[in-house]
Amino acid sequence: MLCPPTGVLNRRCVEAAVMTGLALNCHINKKSLFDRKHYFYSDLPAGYQITQQRLPIAANGSLTYGVFMGNKQSRMATKTVRIRQIQLEQDSGKSLHDDLRSQTLIDLNRAGVGLLEVVLEPDLCCGEEAAAVIKELQLILQALGTSQANMAEGQLRVDANISVHHPGEPLGVRTEVKNLNSIRFLAKAIDHEIQRQINELESGGEILNETRSFDCKLGCTVPMRDKEGKQDYRFMPEPNLPPLVLYDSASLPAGTESQQVINIDQIRDALPELPSATRERLVRRYGMLPEHSFTLLNEVGLLQFFQNVMKETRAEPKKVTSWVLNTLLGYLKHHNLAVSESPVTSSALAELLDLLDSKAISSAAAKQVFEELWKGEAKSAAQVVSEKQLELMQDREALEQLCQSTMEGHPQVVTDMKSGNPRAINKLIGLVRKATLNRADPAEIKDILERLSS
Amino acid sequence: MLGRTLREVSVALKQGQITPTELCRKCLSLIQKTKFLNAYITVSEEVALKQAEESEKRYKQGQSLGILDGIPVAVKDNFSTSGIQTTCASNMLKGYIPPFNATVVQKLLDQGALLMGKTNLDEFAMGSGSTDGAFGPVKNPWSYSKQYQEQRRPQSNRKREGTDWLIAGGSSGGSAAAVSAFTCFAALGSDTGGSTRNPAAHCGLVGFKPSYGLVSRHGLIPLVNSMDVPGILTRCVDDTAIVLGVLAGHDPKDSTTVQDPVKPFTVPSLSDVSKLCIGIPKEYLVPELSSEVRSLWSKAADLFESAGAKVIEVSLPHTSYSIVCYHVLCTAEVASNMARFDGLEYGHRCDVNMSTEAMYAATRREGFNDVVRGRILSGNFFLLKENYENYFIKAQKVRRLIANDFVNVFNSGVDILLTPTTLSEAVPFLEFIKEDNRTRSAQDDIFTQAVNMAGLPAVSMPAALSTQGLPIGLQFIGHAFCDQKLLTVAKWFEKQVQFPVLQLQGLMDDCSSVFENETLPSVSVKQ
Repeated sequence: MLCPPTGVLNRRCVEAAVMTGLALNCHINKKSLFDRKHYFYSDLPAGYQITQQRLPIAANGSLTYGVFMGNKQSRMATKTVRIRQIQLEQDSGKSLHDDLRSQTLIDLNRAGVGLLEVVLEPDLCCGEEAAAVIKELQLILQALGTSQANMAEGQLRVDANISVHHPGEPLGVRTEVKNLNSIRFLAKAIDHEIQRQINELESGGEILNETRSFDCKLGCTVPMRDKEGKQDYRFMPEPNLPPLVLYDSASLPAGTESQQVINIDQIRDALPELPSATRERLVRRYGMLPEHSFTLLNEVGLLQFFQNVMKETRAEPKKVTSWVLNTLLGYLKHHNLAVSESPVTSSALAELLDLLDSKAISSAAAKQVFEELWKGEAKSAAQVVSEKQLELMQDREALEQLCQSTMEGHPQVVTDMKSGNPRAINKLIGLVRKATLNRADPAEIKDILERLSS
Repeated sequence: MLGRTLREVSVALKQGQITPTELCRKCLSLIQKTKFLNAYITVSEEVALKQAEESEKRYKQGQSLGILDGIPVAVKDNFSTSGIQTTCASNMLKGYIPPFNATVVQKLLDQGALLMGKTNLDEFAMGSGSTDGAFGPVKNPWSYSKQYQEQRRPQSNRKREGTDWLIAGGSSGGSAAAVSAFTCFAALGSDTGGSTRNPAAHCGLVGFKPSYGLVSRHGLIPLVNSMDVPGILTRCVDDTAIVLGVLAGHDPKDSTTVQDPVKPFTVPSLSDVSKLCIGIPKEYLVPELSSEVRSLWSKAADLFESAGAKVIEVSLPHTSYSIVCYHVLCTAEVASNMARFDGLEYGHRCDVNMSTEAMYAATRREGFNDVVRGRILSGNFFLLKENYENYFIKAQKVRRLIANDFVNVFNSGVDILLTPTTLSEAVPFLEFIKEDNRTRSAQDDIFTQAVNMAGLPAVSMPAALSTQGLPIGLQFIGHAFCDQKLLTVAKWFEKQVQFPVLQLQGLMDDCSSVFENETLPSVSVKQ
């Protein structure tokens, strides 16, 4: 369609840009400009894309993110990547290449839709850092409500610019890698490209400033057919869109209606809690490690699950954290399920933790109960406990008697125990436990044995 | 009836002297008879008759929509019209049917106007003769006027009969010819460098260019976004005011329209011009100006002075740079605006299938004429990274200087500037095509394009007939957004001048019924 040659700016896009800029600690430009970027491509119906090349809406920000360090990924380090700028632009359509019939199908449905482009400075050094940055950006965008940022669905598209250089020397020639539709592939592609460039340079070759695509089947980057050579985009100011002017409370002209303008201060005041603030809050309130707060936020729905359990249980936060991050998450990962698909509900886990907390069951028993609940047969924790007779023995006297008789039955072990052999006492504990059908708390057994043998 | 003003016909419709359908049929009939003028690319007969029918119903029920209800109008073929072919006189868009109406078209239709058809132009509005379109050139109705036939200079080597017709001016030549030949009462043109004013001058019409931002460009296929405006062609100032009143105002679909509300208005009849200050820009006195036009310009200035107005010489010092500046900015925007024509989604597509690039190249070569392609190439050159600063940025700066020239003059107490519109009267087509489009445009736009660069309102008024019996127009330029004041002065001038009506009787012997009950005023030119 020929029109619109005259364009209209979408207010919601501008608000989203300001929100994102503020969340990324950027300076919001009170005046920004629109330009046309010209190139011919079948998915670009106007022959140009409207973007903000001269003066974008936001610039000079930063994004702080966490990377897991160490062999076991147990420690967390905080790093920062600088944001060069954020700009508003138009989306192009989508090309679907049908090599079989030598034709290309063009889907124009998304052409002209507003996009936000976030440009990072080259502060990242590997796929893992990039992955962490993108993950954090996704969380921020989701918290802001400006995008669901799902890469597989194209809501968030990432292009990586990669170069290598010796320390102390200027940045090398960069290649741009496109067609990355998951964080995993992003990290893989980057690491592969880094290695490819190193190999190339070390064998005396050179790096071309080209665009490459990530082939997930081959696991490597390949040159893209159509975009070869440097393009002159013939940037020109967009004549149909006047400069975008934003206000803050100080510069707002008197008597303006709030619908007519965008007030940066107003948007800042209305920003929702950002992931970094959420994590800090979790650490402060529940005393968990920073790493734990990251995991809770990184897994979709896990934070909500955790908070629901916290609401319903008397158990200590540390206990809840451990059960959610280790046990529940472990099971989910093992079975490749999302939190939303968990057969164990937050209520069920809360009940289980209450039983544990009141010492009605041992922690070993609790694990058994969890296993049973995982089957998803709509039984409550209490039901499972009673069915499997997992209640802890409440009769202290009976337990003492059992310990006594076990000790009498294994005099040699007792002797070993008395001589300080730690394995001996564990053996005894094991025997007593067996005798109690696991219905006794090992810690208590140990207590009694030590007392009886002293 | 067809020679009446818009207002007069509207009254006649209201009073039942004539019905919309009768009026429509008369115009359609005349369009047929003047087909040789090639003013129309598409005649929307069915649509117009249907609209006439609906208008008639409204009049019968006493519920007419306004003055424009039932009035035949024409629209230049670079405005999108829903369901009606819109070609921009280019092979690229032959057969293209837009799914929507341009805002200005919609506004006319909402007032009940009858759309007679889409008028001819230079391809994509690039040109000053309406000679370079894919559907052939437009002939100036005055070529066949009694006035011209009687007073023209005898040709030494007389060309074959029928080949010495005159150009209508451009690029809105079709619209001008349509109005001039009485086939409609008003027509929309577009004006980027003078494309409404130029043909108005050559065809003896009022050609109005509104202030940039006053009238919506949504649906006007763009040439130069920062200079294009929809233009209005009519036979008198009152008619222009009626149309402008309907068209002006903010359009949410066009971010370059001003926010302030605009109300329809009637042009007051000025009786006292003693408070008026008319400026005569000295740089517009160029050697290429024909002596007749120069003389007329001078007489017009005298006219104002003797009526009590203050007439002073002023200076627009950067005038000599404006054509080059215009050329750089115009071609740059053209290159950008034409990038969308790739044959993929609409319009002409070539048969080449090898690759996207090959297809684009062939489509664009086949679809565009030399003029368009030339401007695209120039424009892309100026936009290249290595040239951008020296050409585009520089031209923008010069443009600011040119606009400031006007601001300074207007701030010093001048109300209106008076200048020629064209260098001379309309020339014969065979004469015109001796030079190429670019040369002609550079010559002919000289008085008009600075106005587009400054975004000011301007109007070409028919001033007098030349010694050959052809119209000569003079241009009035006003302050930004003082369109009403401009029209007021123009109306005063119109009254003083009493420009003669085109007499096509020589041609119309067999259709005198068209002009029945008419006694046309005799030629009386105030010299």
